[in-house]
Amino acid sequence: MSVDDLLNLFLNRELLERYGPRLFDGLLVTGKLVAISFSLGMLLGLGLALGRLSGNRWVRGFTGVYVYFFRGSPLLAQLFLLYYGLGSFKHFWQDLGLWWFLRDAWYCTLLAFTLNTAAYQAEILRGALLAVPQGQREAAQALGLSRWTSFGKVILPQSLLIAIRPLGNELILMIKASAIASLVTVYDLMGVTKLAFSRSFDFQVYLWAAVLYLLIVEVLRRVLKRLEQSLSKHIG
Amino acid sequence: MFEQLSLLSLADGGWGVALLAGALVTLVLALSCVPLGLPLGLGVALATRSKRRWLRLSATAFSTVFRGLPELLTLLIIYYGCQIGAQKLLAAMGYSTEVTINAFVAAMIAFSLVFAAFSSEIWLSAFKAVPKGQLEAAAMLGLSPSAIFCKVLLPQLTRVALPGLSNNWLALLKETSLVSTISLVDLMRQTGLAVSVTKEPMLFYTVACLGYLFFSALSGRLFHCLEQHFNRHQRGARP
Repeated sequence: MSVDDLLNLFLNRELLERYGPRLFDGLLVTGKLVAISFSLGMLLGLGLALGRLSGNRWVRGFTGVYVYFFRGSPLLAQLFLLYYGLGSFKHFWQDLGLWWFLRDAWYCTLLAFTLNTAAYQAEILRGALLAVPQGQREAAQALGLSRWTSFGKVILPQSLLIAIRPLGNELILMIKASAIASLVTVYDLMGVTKLAFSRSFDFQVYLWAAVLYLLIVEVLRRVLKRLEQSLSKHIG
Repeated sequence: MFEQLSLLSLADGGWGVALLAGALVTLVLALSCVPLGLPLGLGVALATRSKRRWLRLSATAFSTVFRGLPELLTLLIIYYGCQIGAQKLLAAMGYSTEVTINAFVAAMIAFSLVFAAFSSEIWLSAFKAVPKGQLEAAAMLGLSPSAIFCKVLLPQLTRVALPGLSNNWLALLKETSLVSTISLVDLMRQTGLAVSVTKEPMLFYTVACLGYLFFSALSGRLFHCLEQHFNRHQRGARP
């Protein structure tokens, strides 16, 4: 077998020309999906974390159940529950004027991913908020800072520093989980790969996708490591 | 409302039995990954700590690849890759037949590899928690290397690794829902079938979620008991 044959086996030029641009588009869709749902999930997750630490029994109970539900069941089941389950009440949503949202696989996926990652991030942020020493709160109070200022300027920055590593892990898990979006007709990287495979029956597209995913995850891991090091310089 | 609930009954016309059978497949699949993945993970962790360079490199590559790939992609690569590979191998030997790999076996291999990669990280951090003095003391007592590993190292490793492994197990349990895409009839797939017949997605997918929640809660209890068991010597003496 010559070198050309071997190259053809793993990097067919014709196939690459045909599906390369579409794979790139899929990559962008994956990136957009993860970026939007992760940042919306962080806002919701912060709210949930505060809810879980709240003094109100009802708020604590509700957020606890929410987190338990979304962490205990598979993302795939949650996505189907939202997309097919909520989508089955068509007339109800049409009356509310929200049908455009639930009809679209893209919005449903975004919603499902946001709700799911919010639950995981809530637990991370709760742990990080609890890890800030009590003395910091007392000192902020003694200085006469308002509740909001002490939370925003004293507690939150310190807990985010603690949370950055687990949050990074969650981001990587999110990127991997985003492949599930392909099951509800969203053409992310995985969706495009499956499409290319079903048309060309050439197995190498799966390997390309594997390399791309590995590349993203590895680059991201290194960037996050750097970020953490540079942010925690004053501690070390 | 009650008419819909009758769809879940165990009698004729209800989907109860089918869903339970699907749940059983999910559970059996997840359980059968443990005896494969757990020792493999420990092996990978040992290889990462080995003195031989190529062993270290290949262990790191293994854990990087299978922790970095989406589980869905791993599953499809194993499922289609094994089929195509076997077909090509047979063709090279002169047979041309359709080869179909059992979906259950493919899923078992794929999830075991992923489970091994993730648990190897847990074992690695557990190694750091066992003080070096323990090994030196064991060597001083003249224990053989295998006795040191089995009687001194492993019991302590297990205790430290248990919380991490519990997380990995829960992740594995939830990942198994992906096998519905390679037409293995697990809980998720059975739910999908029920939905396509009855047109009640809300009810059935909620039930599926609750099924997974039930398994998660059950394993949570189980791991709690296990942790108690392995930590029993660390509890203070009761007055």
